[in-house]
Amino acid sequence: MTIMTYRQALHDTLAEEMRRDDSVVLIGEEIGHFEGSYKITAGLLAEFGPTRVRDTPIAEEGFVGAAIGAAMLGMRPVVELMTINFSLLAIDQIVNHAAKIHAMFGGQVSVPIVIRTPGGGGQQLGASHSQNIEVYYAHIPGLKVVAPATPADAKGLLTAAIHDDDPVLVVENLGLYNAKGDVPDGDHELTIGTAAVVKPGTDITIVAYSRALTVALEVARELEQDGVSAEVVDLRSLRPLDRHTVVASVRKTSRAVVLEDDWLSYGIGAEIAATIQEGAFDYLDAPVRRVAAAEVPVPYAKPLETASLPDATALRKVVGEILDATAFSR
Amino acid sequence: MTDQSATRPARPRRGRASTAAEPAVAGRGPRDGSREVAPETLVAYYRQMALIRAFELRASEMYQRARIGGYCHLNLGEEATVVGLMAPLEPSDYLFTTYREHGYALARGSSPGRVMAELFGKQDGISGGWGGSMHLFDKAARLYGGYGIVGGQIPLATGAALAIAQRNEPGPDCPAVMCLMGDGTTNIGAFHESLNIAAVWRLPVVYVVVNNGLGMGTSVEASSGEPDLYKRGASYRIPGERVDGDDVVAVRAAAEAALTRARREHQPMLVEAVSQRLRGHSVVDPARYRSAEEVEAAKKADPVPAMRARLVASGALDAEAADRIDAEAEAAVDEAVAFAEKSPDPDIGKLFSNVYTTPVPNAPHQLPGDPLFAPGELEENVAAR
Repeated sequence: MTIMTYRQALHDTLAEEMRRDDSVVLIGEEIGHFEGSYKITAGLLAEFGPTRVRDTPIAEEGFVGAAIGAAMLGMRPVVELMTINFSLLAIDQIVNHAAKIHAMFGGQVSVPIVIRTPGGGGQQLGASHSQNIEVYYAHIPGLKVVAPATPADAKGLLTAAIHDDDPVLVVENLGLYNAKGDVPDGDHELTIGTAAVVKPGTDITIVAYSRALTVALEVARELEQDGVSAEVVDLRSLRPLDRHTVVASVRKTSRAVVLEDDWLSYGIGAEIAATIQEGAFDYLDAPVRRVAAAEVPVPYAKPLETASLPDATALRKVVGEILDATAFSR
Repeated sequence: MTDQSATRPARPRRGRASTAAEPAVAGRGPRDGSREVAPETLVAYYRQMALIRAFELRASEMYQRARIGGYCHLNLGEEATVVGLMAPLEPSDYLFTTYREHGYALARGSSPGRVMAELFGKQDGISGGWGGSMHLFDKAARLYGGYGIVGGQIPLATGAALAIAQRNEPGPDCPAVMCLMGDGTTNIGAFHESLNIAAVWRLPVVYVVVNNGLGMGTSVEASSGEPDLYKRGASYRIPGERVDGDDVVAVRAAAEAALTRARREHQPMLVEAVSQRLRGHSVVDPARYRSAEEVEAAKKADPVPAMRARLVASGALDAEAADRIDAEAEAAVDEAVAFAEKSPDPDIGKLFSNVYTTPVPNAPHQLPGDPLFAPGELEENVAAR
């Protein structure tokens, strides 16, 4: 194990995979000479040269589509989109092409492309730069969508994404790049499509992914001191979604809350709540609750922005309400 | 205010035009007329054109008889362009096309039976019944897809050229990519983003605009700030050339020159073939937006009878031999329809088999109305934990 940042884990994984396989190429805006807006690709141009680390024009639809076309011929492009907000400029290529090509052409060709992109609010970047719109892509058959929450998972899921022959969206988070954690040395690959119980517990299940997982764990640790045993499930993969791990947890705890950075209506939490009611209806002692972002374009001013985003206080409040409603004695 | 439309041609002029100060490729032979083309080559082109004509007329008929569903766009009137563009493509080259692509598949060597079976939505269809008329794909023929989203194929083709450039030095044996599009596509962002990328990265790709004058029902002049479409690469220093799309030899020459430049120099080029639709945008479109004069003019310029007449006049074919070719085309299409009729429907049991290449746990498998969890599945799973 080595302690490193989420950023470093991504960087090292890219470098390792590029050394291992020369069909892995990086494509994106400012990833070479500028070394990446968030410095994930620092030093890679120097090591691998301009044909493996390609700076692109500001043309998301063009270069995402080009990466898909290169993948159809057997390259393994890893695209960096500066933020998930800009993915909307490429959504035709992602949704109408990358996701469809394998099925629509009868399985004759694959699209082994990885799109890495950070979401996340809380950076005072205003409405157009602060979204968590991973659910747009999690809705689409043919895509795989993962959202690592820790440096170790960043390595494990990015490795899996690069080895995968299907289009994989790796949703990173601006609020996680500096987060530190233990990262396994050597080969470390997680299985896309699986969730993980990252803290076992018996009284309530907290479901989260990406940055929200950090908050969920923080609250779970506090609850432990109050005599409440919370189980924390990290979804890790938004498509496919590991419904079994969620349901198994709730069948044990009988209470559930989802913490998500996206908006409430039609969000990831809505899918989790539907999953729980179908798979654990008879086990539930209280309605499934969701703690999600206020449904406004994310504001710039710090007090407004903070008020709009889900946090530990909101999660603590909702957990307390669920426990009180079920006469849980602390 | 000046009425700029007055300065624009009502229809693009046919014949050669080029934005390049010099010929794009030096040293190639004369390109006008058929003098240097062997008669048997011209006959072979006519054979392909006749097959496409017969196939498309039959596809239209099969659509009316509800054997074909969805949308169905035909190459009727574009046969010379289709055959001329496909002639200089090598087996190692890649082709990305639009949704009006049956003829390209046939000219590229795909089996007419499998193409018809795809239109019928059958298991032996060239895309396994998953694509339909707009989404033909033949990996062996390196036909890398018909695409239903206008312009969607252009970034993909550009990326295919990137993969080629990554692995091949420029030279006569370097594969190239041909990317087809309609005239209306030159207004979409993906066109401009892709041409720019191909220029700055020096990619071996030939963009071909098949200009039939109409994007559905909207004219080139009404939709394009620069209606001389071959000039639209100028912002990216991509040379362009316009050819008469009704002249199979001229189209072939322009495509060949552009492909040669792509192979030898890893440089993109834009070719505009001015052609026409004999019918509406799709089978169900009666094209009421076209005047009787326009439709009459298109009929007069129909390249298939023109090619036949030219071959008979030059002595390359006698009328009997020409009739024989037409009859063979009909017979091939009869056979294609019989093959498509006989092919089974795709297996519903394999509905989920093409979603992913790499198997993944928890991939969805529910049919409409199925429960999220099969009976007993959860108990087993919980017990296993």
